[in-house]
Amino acid sequence: MEQVLSPHDARLLEGLRAGDEAAFVALMREYGAGMLRVAMMYVSSRAVAEEVVQEAWLGVLRGIGRFEGRSSLKTWLFRIVANTAKTRGMRESRSIPFSSLGDDTGGEPTVDPDRFLGSGERFPGHWAVPPQAWAPEGRLLSQETIDVIEREIDRLPAAQRAVITMRDVQGFTSEEVCNALDLSETNQRVLLHRARAKVRGALEEYMR
Amino acid sequence: MRLERELACQEVVELVTAYLEDSLSPEDRERFEEHLVFCDGCQNYLAQMRDTIAATGRVPPGALPAGLEERLLEAFRGWRAS
Ligand SMILES: [Zn+2]
Repeated sequence: MEQVLSPHDARLLEGLRAGDEAAFVALMREYGAGMLRVAMMYVSSRAVAEEVVQEAWLGVLRGIGRFEGRSSLKTWLFRIVANTAKTRGMRESRSIPFSSLGDDTGGEPTVDPDRFLGSGERFPGHWAVPPQAWAPEGRLLSQETIDVIEREIDRLPAAQRAVITMRDVQGFTSEEVCNALDLSETNQRVLLHRARAKVRGALEEYMR
Repeated sequence: MRLERELACQEVVELVTAYLEDSLSPEDRERFEEHLVFCDGCQNYLAQMRDTIAATGRVPPGALPAGLEERLLEAFRGWRAS
């Protein structure tokens, strides 16, 4: 089996196996909040999601000796929390594995239809109110921009929030997300698209 | 199969992520890029999605609730002692 462990992962893994608290804290601070967002996809409350994260980390520690590095360390962590949360969600007898997935992948447009010309116009579906170019750099790099994005991500449905967090905040590849969450490539992409479109919309408001 | 019709902006905005993920068919990719050549609005939209992705990449991973972090540390110390 191909080893895909980065040197960074390898160091953390070694530290964790040796019982190094600093390695544990580093991993927990890097991925803990993202794992909590993934847990929220499958269970009904924040309190239960926190229990899931705790249970998942115990699973991680107990399984660390058997981890073979066939996936990246973060993919493995997120897979464990997703599986733990799914099991817990089923026990909670939520019949649909992702409460929000059904709504999230529907065909509703991600841009307000009023911004496009209607069917009676000469160029139906073309911009009536096109997006204006954003002023270069400066503002986009501000702390306020980060705050706008964080607020918008918090408002997203759980599955969209988890996917944009993994992809765009934590830098997972689409393959890693599909693998960790057992999503089809299409579902992953749709969730990501909807999430990004909403964050873009929030930034557009802010940049005006 | 290739549709002869041009894409409308309303379709283009829904294809942006597929375009960026490189999961459009070669034909659709070509139609998408052809559209961009003459459409400033969609060029701006695509640029803004790219800016959005880059800016989201600067968002910190987020803090765990203090109580949970404490419980996780205790769990870690318990595991280490076992
Ligand atoms: Zn257009």
